[in-house]
Amino acid sequence: MKLHEYQAKQLFASAGIPVPRGRVATTPEAAADVYDALKRQCVTPQEPFACNVKAQLHAGGRGKAGGVLVAHSAAEASSQTAKLLGKRLVTKQTGPDGLPVSAVLLDERIEVARELYLAVTIDRFPAAPVLLASRRGGVDIEEVAATDPQAILHEPIDIEHGLRVAQLERLSAHLGSTGLQAQALHQLIRNAWTLFDTQDAALLEINPLVVTPEGRLLALDAKVTLDDNALFRHPDLAKLRDPAQEPPIEYKASQIGISYVGLDGNIGCLVNGAGLAMATNDIIKLAGGNPANFLDVGGGANLEQVTNAFAIILADAHVKVILVNIFGGIMRCDWVAQGLLNATQTLQVTMPIVVRLQGTNVDEGRRLLNDTKALNLVSVDELEAAAKQAVELANG
Amino acid sequence: MSILIDRETRVIVQGITGQAGAFHTEKMLEYRTKVVGGVTPGKGGAAVHGVPVFSTVQEAQRATGATATVIFVPARFAYEAILEALAAHLGLIVVITEGIPTLDMVRVRRKLVGTATRLIGPNCPGLITPGECKLGIMPGYIHRPGRVGVLSRSGTLTYDAVYQLTQAGLGQSTCIGIGGDPVLGSSFVEFLQLFQDDPDTDAVVLIGEIGGTEEEEAARFIKTRMTPPPVTAAGSGAAQCAASSGLVTGGGVTKPVFAFIAGRMAPKEKRMGHAGAIIAGGHGTALEKMDALKAVGVTVIDSPAAIGQTVKVHLNQLSTKQ
Repeated sequence: MKLHEYQAKQLFASAGIPVPRGRVATTPEAAADVYDALKRQCVTPQEPFACNVKAQLHAGGRGKAGGVLVAHSAAEASSQTAKLLGKRLVTKQTGPDGLPVSAVLLDERIEVARELYLAVTIDRFPAAPVLLASRRGGVDIEEVAATDPQAILHEPIDIEHGLRVAQLERLSAHLGSTGLQAQALHQLIRNAWTLFDTQDAALLEINPLVVTPEGRLLALDAKVTLDDNALFRHPDLAKLRDPAQEPPIEYKASQIGISYVGLDGNIGCLVNGAGLAMATNDIIKLAGGNPANFLDVGGGANLEQVTNAFAIILADAHVKVILVNIFGGIMRCDWVAQGLLNATQTLQVTMPIVVRLQGTNVDEGRRLLNDTKALNLVSVDELEAAAKQAVELANG
Repeated sequence: MSILIDRETRVIVQGITGQAGAFHTEKMLEYRTKVVGGVTPGKGGAAVHGVPVFSTVQEAQRATGATATVIFVPARFAYEAILEALAAHLGLIVVITEGIPTLDMVRVRRKLVGTATRLIGPNCPGLITPGECKLGIMPGYIHRPGRVGVLSRSGTLTYDAVYQLTQAGLGQSTCIGIGGDPVLGSSFVEFLQLFQDDPDTDAVVLIGEIGGTEEEEAARFIKTRMTPPPVTAAGSGAAQCAASSGLVTGGGVTKPVFAFIAGRMAPKEKRMGHAGAIIAGGHGTALEKMDALKAVGVTVIDSPAAIGQTVKVHLNQLSTKQ
């Protein structure tokens, strides 16, 4: 689960990671109030006091997409906020539809001497958390990783001991910090790790982590992704979920235990098991077609779940054909077949459905499908043939 | 003819009184697996399908002499259940549970260091030595005893692949689902080693998927670490002929390896059902994995429907050459 920047910064502040003064606003009027409050908080306000107005959405690349504006007065804070709220912002990370903006973060502007990069994530192969640091902050870190991998320091973290002093010293040396600034950096890094660990994060990224001309460190941006599987331990964080940032069909599916990912083709897929669902998408592509979705109906799929899955597939208007690929293990094929027949009847599905069943009680399942009077439903024994038939129907 | 488990393996089931635990205990018993005990805290003294239930793993282990455990405990209690199994020095822990927090598994992995315990999973179907022992949730009847080892990150796709092998007349030595999560107890590499050393395994089928680096690590291992089997390996005809067939590349792959990688169609940065199946930063794509495996002589299969036939045809060719 992704957090918004303002939510992540609230976590940062409470964990001892310094952030610029700022506050979230969801209306232009509130933005004007926030501007005034920020101005009052600044000991030596620049004249005129300026703050950033940052669109809140679950994607990077906001600056270049016009999602970060500047306000020099309360009135301007209000008008800039009005420009962003209610808009769908398209950045290079959002896809063509963009993501909705329903909140802005007003942040004091910070003078920047240097921009650094800091992140904590899980390195899968050694199965350990890893801290990533680079002097090349403020830019696309994937670009840095591809072109200048030496610029990124990887420090694996022993989960039983946390960060060791020698590691902190390597990190501050790599980031070019010495003296008091190094001490502050060590504390910041320790706090970032503690936050990651205690809140069950999957990713914590500060890009950029800036050094001001006076040598202060501040997290200018904040990206936190939480481990969905650990949200039961963090009910307060679970409430921060913003469903509007997730594709509506995917969100709806996730709420009922179905894994769904929208793709851009026209063959809807209903499969049990994630690996088989991916393989089904692959074989459609190999047969010259395009899948409309990835869908894993789950292991213990029952009649209700099959009906739900159909409803979700049909919510995509591009779907012309549905390919059902079920390997019945514990889930018996005759139950699945009965479920399919009921679901297509309940939902009055008229488009062609190609069904490939294999596994437990397969003969019984196929017999049920072949006996049906529903003309749009065909049972094909082999996966490859089923995929080909679905592609033909989709293209025809 | 197997690795890790056989007809003598004595198993306990943690979470045996739960719905999934009880259901699959029955299925494992039907497969003649020696399920000798179950564990559910506070339910010691009960019985499930005739299997005695204990309140702790230690009691169960002492009373039954079990060496392996299958865990069905719900995700939020799984960490404690795994640690309990570890403390009781069980040699093999199979975690079926789905949805365990990643950092819990990181902690488990840390605690496994220096122990003699092997952990498979989580979020996996388990493992089976056909005709002998089943520790998991896979449908038993699709398997047949034989000489092909199967390794996979998925569930139903593995069943499909196994079924294809069986239909093609190829039995399996042992089939292992390593799990679909980002942090797993064991990787492909460890089992490749075991299959390589097993005189009763002639070839390995590896079912991978996008995300992570499991397949790349497997490729590296196949290239550099596999050692030739002893010349006396009786009966492993295909293995010996593989060594002399010109199929061998990269210094020491002595058993033929076949691979299918799921997820060629997957878009970037999308989680495809398995928590592990996500392509991040352009890495972990199916094509990268396929290339890495091809480069070390692995036969990479394009279509998920062609797994059984491809393995059959290649193994036939190898034995004809001999």
